[in-house]
Amino acid sequence: MKTWKEIPIGAMIIEPGSSIEFDVTLWRVFRPVLDKNKCTKCGLCWIYCPEGAIMVKEDGSYEINLSYCKGCGICQKSCNVKAITMVREDEKSST
Amino acid sequence: MKRVALSGNYAVAYAVKMADVDFVAAYPITPQTPIVEKISEFIANGELEAEYVNVESEHSAISACVGASLTGARVFTATSSQGLAYMHEVLFMASSLRTPIVMANVNRALSHPLNIWNDHSDAMPERDCGWIQFWVESAQEAFDTTIQAFKIAEEVLLPVMVNLDGFILSHVYEAVELPDEELVRDYIPSKPLINRVSPKLSYTIGVVGPPEYYFEMKYQVLEAIERSRNNINNVNKEFSKIFGRKYGNINNYMMEDAKYALITMGAVTGTAKFVVNELRKKGEKVGLISIRCFRPFPMDEVIKLLEDVKGVGVLDRALTPGGPGHPLYTDICCALYNAKNKPIIQSFVGGLGGRDILVDDFIKMFEIVKEVSEEGRPKPCVYIGLRG
Ligand code: SF4
Ligand code: SF4
Repeated sequence: MKTWKEIPIGAMIIEPGSSIEFDVTLWRVFRPVLDKNKCTKCGLCWIYCPEGAIMVKEDGSYEINLSYCKGCGICQKSCNVKAITMVREDEKSST
Repeated sequence: MKRVALSGNYAVAYAVKMADVDFVAAYPITPQTPIVEKISEFIANGELEAEYVNVESEHSAISACVGASLTGARVFTATSSQGLAYMHEVLFMASSLRTPIVMANVNRALSHPLNIWNDHSDAMPERDCGWIQFWVESAQEAFDTTIQAFKIAEEVLLPVMVNLDGFILSHVYEAVELPDEELVRDYIPSKPLINRVSPKLSYTIGVVGPPEYYFEMKYQVLEAIERSRNNINNVNKEFSKIFGRKYGNINNYMMEDAKYALITMGAVTGTAKFVVNELRKKGEKVGLISIRCFRPFPMDEVIKLLEDVKGVGVLDRALTPGGPGHPLYTDICCALYNAKNKPIIQSFVGGLGGRDILVDDFIKMFEIVKEVSEEGRPKPCVYIGLRG
């Protein structure tokens, strides 16, 4: 991590888009697990995720990048076909 | 150069005009109001080209100043007492965001009870906000220090507070030498600092500092104010060459062979000097130190000046209820604790809420300093002029 000398003056962040380097995995209590068999590729979770943690793949399917997911559960609520379940970080998921 | 009669407030306003500030946001409060009144007059009649923002409070005034300063503008504000207290939380942001704002704080007591008169209880609680703090003794010094403040602030990217005693300095007219405007402009050219909120730079300002980063981010302020000692010394030297008036971090008077001394801040130093002169006539070896630069605190200078002094009295004009000592006394004790030769240090508090400290009071203080020095230990704090 940066020393006090390396941090820009006034604690400014001088590179745009630097949040890409910020892994929030440890913030999570629950993680979303997406069941590709149930997913209709409607894209609602992708629209609702406040963190931009959900990616569209080339084949039109959706994938959650857990490095940027804070575990808020909004995607689960937004999914009409219940393809997303929230699983405690200390539990193993079934999928 | 011309010599004119100016109040301390107007001296500050003229300095701000000559510094060619770009932005002023302030809220009126006694006894500061004439500063911003005069500045708005300068702007209205075209003598100063600057943006003047009328705000609804001091909290907004200083917040607007922080924003303006981030654009690279030269920024000024002024306040007093409750106004400064209302700015409190933003003062820390101004220093941590490294905005070189210059503020005149016209010292006035804090409520309750409501009191518009002079003491130092407004600025003392702001000791730790990361601002450089100057304290002046005359209208001339208020003018000169305000000019210096812009230079220092912009060199180290820290805000600077210039303290002048309410009414005693702010409203009393004195002869002030105003330098030619070109001389001031040459000294502090209006070169804009970089615009940190320019969309071209895409900086993020006012970030969250989580536990992994907060410490390092705060340390930057500490390092900058320590480093500013050098800049302040150089500015003092340079200033005396260009403008002919000499200032130090402390102004000392008759200290060369002094056995007993008093430490003061601000305008009362004038009365104390008079008393030193009177006592010297009677053969007493007394001297005086006035702390001009309170933050960063001039430890080394204090230690050196008091090496051969037997006893020193420290006059506070503010209180630290329940503390180990009142603010200036505590700082002096701390500075001297590790010194090889240290005097007996006696605490005094006086002049609260605008009560005058008279010649006889200073004579009494010197008597007490002498007495405790002979006894070898100080008395508990002596409250000058307190009834009962
Ligand atoms: S909201 Fe549900 S169905 Fe729609 S894309 Fe996301 S996971 Fe698939
Ligand atoms: S849990 Fe929240 S942050 Fe994580 S993918 Fe779902 S909506 Fe995005």
